[in-house]
Amino acid sequence: MTIRLSDEDLAMIYDHGRDAYPEECCGVMIGRVESGSGEVVISEVQSAENEREDSRRHHRFLISPQALLEAQRSARERGLDVLGYYHSHPDHPARPSEFDREHAWPGTSYLIISVEEGSVVDATSWRLADDRSRFDQEELIGTDGEKIAV
Amino acid sequence: MGISVQIPTPLRGFTADQGEVEVSGATVGEAMLSLIAIHQALQPHLYNEDGNLRAFVNLFLNDEDVRYLQKDQTPVQDGDILTIIPSIAGGGQQR
Repeated sequence: MTIRLSDEDLAMIYDHGRDAYPEECCGVMIGRVESGSGEVVISEVQSAENEREDSRRHHRFLISPQALLEAQRSARERGLDVLGYYHSHPDHPARPSEFDREHAWPGTSYLIISVEEGSVVDATSWRLADDRSRFDQEELIGTDGEKIAV
Repeated sequence: MGISVQIPTPLRGFTADQGEVEVSGATVGEAMLSLIAIHQALQPHLYNEDGNLRAFVNLFLNDEDVRYLQKDQTPVQDGDILTIIPSIAGGGQQR
């Protein structure tokens, strides 16, 4: 599975991760799925408020159902859909945790950035297996079709 | 006309791409059991191993969160709309 983002949207995610550090940032990725190839094409990212309590934001994020409904409504008005979410791991690898796995939804892209001491050092994207046993990594590519490297 | 359950996009792969499934039941709990009887693959994504609704799964009955009604005992009737709405949560390793 491939997920494609523009340089501008990726830059926005990185900026959000740096600004939120040492807390986790989060947001919504909106776009469409290419028929045939099944490639996830993200055309817009929207930052979201991390609604976890203050004391836990350094290692947890939460996007409320109300925020998600609003993002979904906005996307669908334009013929698009919410296809995934991004969040950051402050001083932790850009790999999904067990907590991520327990709370993930299938059919959804999870883009994770690692922010070490305030700098983005890695970006990866993942999709939950249908049996919930693991995440499978997606190929994260830019609009030029090249694999994204931080 | 039964109870209409609105299926969020991430779960439509388990409902033959249907965004809406008609079910029967007298309560929210019964309606959800009816949904899973029709589409069994939904179960692990909606319920944990203890049989409880997963914490990040929110159920709204006609725009009201059932947590603030009678939860799975909330009465439902034909024509009601039950919407499954995700919370999105996650995070890195606990430190």
